[in-house]
Amino acid sequence: MTAELVRGQNHPLPQTRLEIRVSAGDPVMAGAVLGDERGRAPDAAWVAHPAAPRLPGLEVSQQAAADHRLAVDLDALPAAAHRVSVLLALPSGAGGPARFGAMAAPFVAITGLDGAEVVGYTITDLDSESAVVALELYRRQGAWKVRAVGQGYAGGLAAMLHDQGLPGAAELAAAIEAAVDQAAARTIAPPPRSVRGRGEDKGERARRPGGKNEPPAPAAPGPIDYRHPRRRTAQPPRDSPAGPSATPPAAAPRPPGAEGRPGAEERPAAPVAGDASGWTMDERLYNQVWGMFEDLARTVAAYRGAVDFAESRMERELDGVLSDPRTRVGPAADAAREAARGKQMRLVAQARAVLDRDLGRLADESDVVEHALPPAYARWDSPVWQGYQVPFETPMAVRLGDLRLPERDDLRIPMLMRLPLERGLWIDSGRTGAPEAALMASAEVRRIAMDTAVAHAARLLAVHPAGDFAVRVIDPAGAAGASLAPLLRSGALREPPAAGARGVSETLARLTHRVDLVQMAVRSGAVDSLPPDLDIADQLLIVNDFPHGFDDRAVNQLRYLADEGPSVGVHLMMVADRQDAREYGPVLDPLWRSLLRLTPVPDDHLADPWVGHAWTYEPPSVPQGSEVLGQVLREVGRSLPDHRR
Amino acid sequence: MTVNLAKGQGISLKKADGGTLTAVRMGLGWQAAPRRGLFGSRTKEIDLDASAVLFAEGELVDKVYFHHLVSDDGSVQHTGDNLVGGAGQGGDDEAILVDLERVPGYIDQIVFTVNSFTGQTFAEVRNAFCRLVDETNGQELARYTLDGGGPYTAQIMAKVHRSGDGWQMTAIGVPANGRTFQDLLPAILPSL
Repeated sequence: MTAELVRGQNHPLPQTRLEIRVSAGDPVMAGAVLGDERGRAPDAAWVAHPAAPRLPGLEVSQQAAADHRLAVDLDALPAAAHRVSVLLALPSGAGGPARFGAMAAPFVAITGLDGAEVVGYTITDLDSESAVVALELYRRQGAWKVRAVGQGYAGGLAAMLHDQGLPGAAELAAAIEAAVDQAAARTIAPPPRSVRGRGEDKGERARRPGGKNEPPAPAAPGPIDYRHPRRRTAQPPRDSPAGPSATPPAAAPRPPGAEGRPGAEERPAAPVAGDASGWTMDERLYNQVWGMFEDLARTVAAYRGAVDFAESRMERELDGVLSDPRTRVGPAADAAREAARGKQMRLVAQARAVLDRDLGRLADESDVVEHALPPAYARWDSPVWQGYQVPFETPMAVRLGDLRLPERDDLRIPMLMRLPLERGLWIDSGRTGAPEAALMASAEVRRIAMDTAVAHAARLLAVHPAGDFAVRVIDPAGAAGASLAPLLRSGALREPPAAGARGVSETLARLTHRVDLVQMAVRSGAVDSLPPDLDIADQLLIVNDFPHGFDDRAVNQLRYLADEGPSVGVHLMMVADRQDAREYGPVLDPLWRSLLRLTPVPDDHLADPWVGHAWTYEPPSVPQGSEVLGQVLREVGRSLPDHRR
Repeated sequence: MTVNLAKGQGISLKKADGGTLTAVRMGLGWQAAPRRGLFGSRTKEIDLDASAVLFAEGELVDKVYFHHLVSDDGSVQHTGDNLVGGAGQGGDDEAILVDLERVPGYIDQIVFTVNSFTGQTFAEVRNAFCRLVDETNGQELARYTLDGGGPYTAQIMAKVHRSGDGWQMTAIGVPANGRTFQDLLPAILPSL
């Protein structure tokens, strides 16, 4: 029987293995603080929070989310712990509401492992608070009880932690915020939503009370193609007005009648490249690839949901068998166990069959689409590179690598990122993240990181029209000579890599000056009056071996470029091991967070924007012994007008 | 033909030609608050929200509402939050589309709810209704008139649930109070 608690009320807890569920209308972060007999936490090691999510007997989520499930095993807590305070706080960076008063009242519940709710508590009457102690679990005469607390803090996380008696509360709060931001930074930015589903969120409106928002268009009635969520097949417009991406022969409009028929399952239409809406083939392929990405995320979400459910149901049923003394032993118990396992296996098999059907279709589609991709989206082993010519137009996006999920290793979704790049890139040359990198020698990781950076740079050079994109390299110790050779030999690199402290400061000063000039010109609407010798091409600055050769001034300039550069066409690609820069402490954290981290070896650190699966990222790889990179770069080098060299 | 459903009445989602329904839409419409002048009494916007909650054997699995517009598996989609309402002429201001064929096998019930986010009761909202529509042909399956519905801020409207191979819809029509669907969960559970 569920007890609905009001503020201050307490209730005994019948079990020691529990789940605490939190649901709020907006993402919140959840944490827990252990307290000793006097109710105080001696240090930060007594706090479970997104940066340090695990304590004995307790685990919290590493991300901010609208829903949380915290697993608690009160018996496994340290003996000295007599109290567990469950905390909620609003993340500062995410753009969500800044106070609890601007969102729906959070609800917390404690359930047994069988999902049965023991107590529920809606935290009402919050207003300007941005952090709240929701519940307190405490030991009383050997038994555990729960109290509904609901104490809010307008001073936020730091004030709340301070109130828990923690020394260094402000530092801890900052570390937690940083961890949450970082989790958010791993998410691949979703494509702009060009179709339905746009809606201003309530938090936005709450921040602008009385705001006169344009009412959204009423939902249009009419039949909708359901087979792919958010994918709409459109009749391709007549041949795109321009565009170097030659229309592949496979790009025929989908046969009429195959549209909008949810029941057409028996006879699925053969996949077609460009089967998405868009004005050009470039845009249609881009939308199709993102549609495949979303479909894969969702079908795997359905499968994983079914498996989780089947397992929790089986455990519940097995618990039921065990807890009843009449059925615990004997043939009846065996039969009940057998039945529970059978049900679980049937549900998983059923879900797997649906998953395999969907994966099969996506794999078929992927086969067709992969062959139709233009150079900007193609793998390096694609034949499309053999006929490569410098394009006349910049494409919508470039491929930064592949993404896959463990449910089907060979189904790879191209990771397409919009151009111009909104974030800088960070090719992680450290050995800490990916398990594969941990097995390699440090120098080896650095070498392949630089090779990967050159492959990315080569693609960016190749997909821009002649002279529209320039690459500069800072290589303070000259360590990357071998990797850079293809760029240098081809003449695609206009200047040799800058070396030494002096090279670093000169290059950074020049780019900083350029960003400043262009910003001024844009702001005052005087782009025409820029000096004629200013290189107006977009710039990609590759920085190897950071922070080697950097003084404080150079570090500041680099941060300025990372923040201000992308909007005026100056992009950053760091090839760095974060450990090398650890002596800078937390001041560089915002820089790392602002960059999209890519790895030179496969690593599962990227999240999709819909469900948040952990996707394995695979860097682009040039086939062993292939000359394709050199050929493409030579072509780029040849296209450059002489006066620019 | 519109069926004005009575509480607890169930209809099987079979079509006249014997085929089963494959896609349904829950529509919600209401008339916007009258605009007032620049000063004096402020216009009090009316914001109703449609939500769908997905259950597996009574356990909440997923939900679709203004903050989570598509269920993780992609089968249930909200077309977007409307904050002010429409002309009150019968058009849907918010809609939730359910592709019944894509709903994962273990999900056996989907409950539709309506809440008043801005707190007006259904007695104060004009021309408010919610309805279920067969999305493949636009035919209305069920309709509730919400206005004049008494001092409530929420309604648990109906559920579609599996029966045999297909789906069935049962009208619930239980009034409740709450700002978002989360507030309604205790009231939903008895209807599962």
